[in-house]
Amino acid sequence: MTVFPFTAIVGQDEMKQAMILTAIDPSIGGVLVFGDRGTGKSTAVRALSGLLPQIQVVKGSATNACALEEVPEWESAGTELVSAPTPVVDLPLGVTEDRVTGSLDIEKALARGEKAFEPGLLARANRGYLYIDEVNLLEDHIVDLLLDVAQSGENVVEREGLSIRHPARFVLVGSGNPEEGELRPQLLDRFGLSVEVGSPTDIDERVEVIRRRDEFENDRAGFMAKWDAEQAALRARIVAAKAALPDQHTPDETLKACAELCIALGSDGLRGELTLLRAARALAAFEGAGSVRLPHIKAVAASALRHRLRRDPLDEAGSSARVARMLDQVFGEPKIAAVGR
Amino acid sequence: MTHPAWDRAILALSLLALDPGGLGGVWIRCRAGPVRDRLLAALPSPLAQRRLHPDISDTQLYGGLDLTATMQAGHVVRQDGILAKAAMLLLPMAERTPPGLAGRLATALDEDKGHCLVALDEGADPEEQLPPALADRLAFHLDLSDLGHHDTAEVTAPIPVEPFEMAKADPDQLKELVLLAARLGVSSLRAPLFALRAAQRNAVLNGRTKVDQADLVAATELVLAPRATCLPDAAEDTPPPPPPPGDTAQDQSDPGDVETGLPQEILLEAARAMLPPDLLARLASGSGSRNRGGSSGSGSKKRGNRRGRPLPSRPGRLDGTNRIDLIATLRAAAPWQTLRRQQSPRRSGLHIRAGDIRVRQYQEMSDRLLIFVVDASGSAAMARLAEAKGAVELLLAEAYARRDHVALVGFRGESAELLLPPTRSLVQTKRRLAALPGGGGTPMAAGLKTALDLAGQTRGRGLTPTVILLTDGRANIALDGTANRERAQSDAAKLARTIGAQGLPALVVDTSARPQAQLKELAHTLNGPYLPLPRADATRLGAAVSAALDP
Repeated sequence: MTVFPFTAIVGQDEMKQAMILTAIDPSIGGVLVFGDRGTGKSTAVRALSGLLPQIQVVKGSATNACALEEVPEWESAGTELVSAPTPVVDLPLGVTEDRVTGSLDIEKALARGEKAFEPGLLARANRGYLYIDEVNLLEDHIVDLLLDVAQSGENVVEREGLSIRHPARFVLVGSGNPEEGELRPQLLDRFGLSVEVGSPTDIDERVEVIRRRDEFENDRAGFMAKWDAEQAALRARIVAAKAALPDQHTPDETLKACAELCIALGSDGLRGELTLLRAARALAAFEGAGSVRLPHIKAVAASALRHRLRRDPLDEAGSSARVARMLDQVFGEPKIAAVGR
Repeated sequence: MTHPAWDRAILALSLLALDPGGLGGVWIRCRAGPVRDRLLAALPSPLAQRRLHPDISDTQLYGGLDLTATMQAGHVVRQDGILAKAAMLLLPMAERTPPGLAGRLATALDEDKGHCLVALDEGADPEEQLPPALADRLAFHLDLSDLGHHDTAEVTAPIPVEPFEMAKADPDQLKELVLLAARLGVSSLRAPLFALRAAQRNAVLNGRTKVDQADLVAATELVLAPRATCLPDAAEDTPPPPPPPGDTAQDQSDPGDVETGLPQEILLEAARAMLPPDLLARLASGSGSRNRGGSSGSGSKKRGNRRGRPLPSRPGRLDGTNRIDLIATLRAAAPWQTLRRQQSPRRSGLHIRAGDIRVRQYQEMSDRLLIFVVDASGSAAMARLAEAKGAVELLLAEAYARRDHVALVGFRGESAELLLPPTRSLVQTKRRLAALPGGGGTPMAAGLKTALDLAGQTRGRGLTPTVILLTDGRANIALDGTANRERAQSDAAKLARTIGAQGLPALVVDTSARPQAQLKELAHTLNGPYLPLPRADATRLGAAVSAALDP
């Protein structure tokens, strides 16, 4: 199945930036995309699978283990390493707990009388992406389970006489329409970055979206070929940025700026600062900057912080505007001082 | 003489026959009856037709292990799911589609496997509708609910056409459709895309190789007009979802208009003729389809914090989400044992077949939380508080049967206070309510805010909160504690709007001697009933609240 090329998505720069950053540094956490219908949320997530670089996995490993010693003992995987696409796994609404965590393999139990473990979606998403469309409508018990696993990076199954644990480190990508329901603050906080998308308001941009889509439907192979060079270039940049990530120098001024901004916004906990810093560092690596500077912080601040603010029912401007306002206040005039020192 | 809506429906189905996968499908709003039967007879059939139902299980959709067949055969038997092959999916009672199924079907439609969904929406109220996530992915929206049998004509299913060359649309025409979508307030970009495809297919249907004006008009009527959220000429003064459509649309379309002979106006005319006359009224009252809260026609799932009342078990399949009722299963299998043993004498033990399996059912009731927001200001505070306390105790007394929890928020002076956290304990309530202070200003906004916060918290715990506001006067303390009547009232109105927008059920009880127009307005903002109850005593208050909540 050919997916729409990531680079051919018109506009939605913040969403694209957020996804690229998590591809560079998965420890940023997930991405939450909130916005109207028909703005390319699902297209972007599905396009990720065509963009991401391949990973090395042990052949036949259900948990996408990267080396032989990482393969859990319950798996019957091969011994050779092969390259495979980065997994992007869909978690549908109304999914049962069994399907998410994995459960007793009924097939083996019935056919051979063996007690075996059938891995679930969490195993398949290991080292990749887990995508939840309409995440705000997800049932609470599944949310709790995901929170726990996303936090610990490990899936523990204790049921039906099985006692299994396996690594489950994935980037959680959620999308939804805020008109249909809010997300619990606990889950909000687990997403590293949050992005608000809207329909493009510029007519030419809208026309361009439709034109590209139409072109894609009419001639898939041709369209893919046309965008192949750009896809490859972006992929190469991501790979290079991944390698350059540890070399990014973080000056004290930058750290201080992060802290100042978070205090001014009154975001809860320290997760905000950490994510802000990680995202800024990934951006610096992506741009080949060498060190993390204020412009990087500014570019990712809205994505990293807007969902961590305390809700204020009277502020109708929304949290994006609040972050922008604070950015101006904090970095407005003392900017020169902070950089110059 | 057939109705224009009927002709459009037939056209939509013919287009669908050309390219079922590309157009996604059709949303037909029509009660079951002869009109619908006639239309379904005209359903194109280039694909296999499969019927879904709102409670369809994952195994049926995606395929999987056929548990019962496996048990019988002794080796693994797999079954294919409905979504495995491109199919025309018929979804009756589409208005009751739960969000989970809507999500799965949306994913299936996104995958470009060639699925085509025919959603048969039998909703009676405007509130009951196909989930928007699904509606957005279907090209055609048809409303045939007002048609009678005499408006229709016998039709035959269109014959699938041989492979064809897709008609070309030039960039100007594409721009026309995008512009028009913006002017009609359609923010989703899927709409102009579907319109373009519909225009192309319509050209093919008419034997043209290039899209022309008639195709654009047809696409407008079938795809764009049913999705309109604002009248095109009103676009300048009402702010529709994409902020500046009116202005930019006009500016940019002007040069194009000159060259192509004002197609924009022709298309607009076509769209305007299709728009429901009450569109503005619907938008103004805020009950338009896009302003609906989280509930879909399926009724919110009861998330009780107790397991609920057991219902009689019924035959069913074990799909991993339900539990077997062992006794009932054995009882169902018992009469057949002799027969079955004769049929397959080699097997020992009990003979249990798929049809014997009975699954447990529970009816879960979600608990309701009544949040009383009581005005404790001014002179009448004491009497009102006493009444509220009495009503709370009365309601609590019957709480066990009604599964109600109560909470009490009082507001006076400069702020609001949660006087009684959500509880069902009568003893605790009596102790807490024994001494309550009164007097001072009316910080209504603060009271509503406390209630809103509480409602948010308790919703997460599976309760269904209801806000009951007891007051006799106007707000005169703003949210930040300043005595500014104007700000206080706008704050209160804003919060009321937030509560209304979140779909929290609310009720305003006016205890002043003379009913106040302002409170009536507030009740309207809250989207709840307004009860003028001068000199209410606890019993009458309790009864009135019960009556207003249980229609």
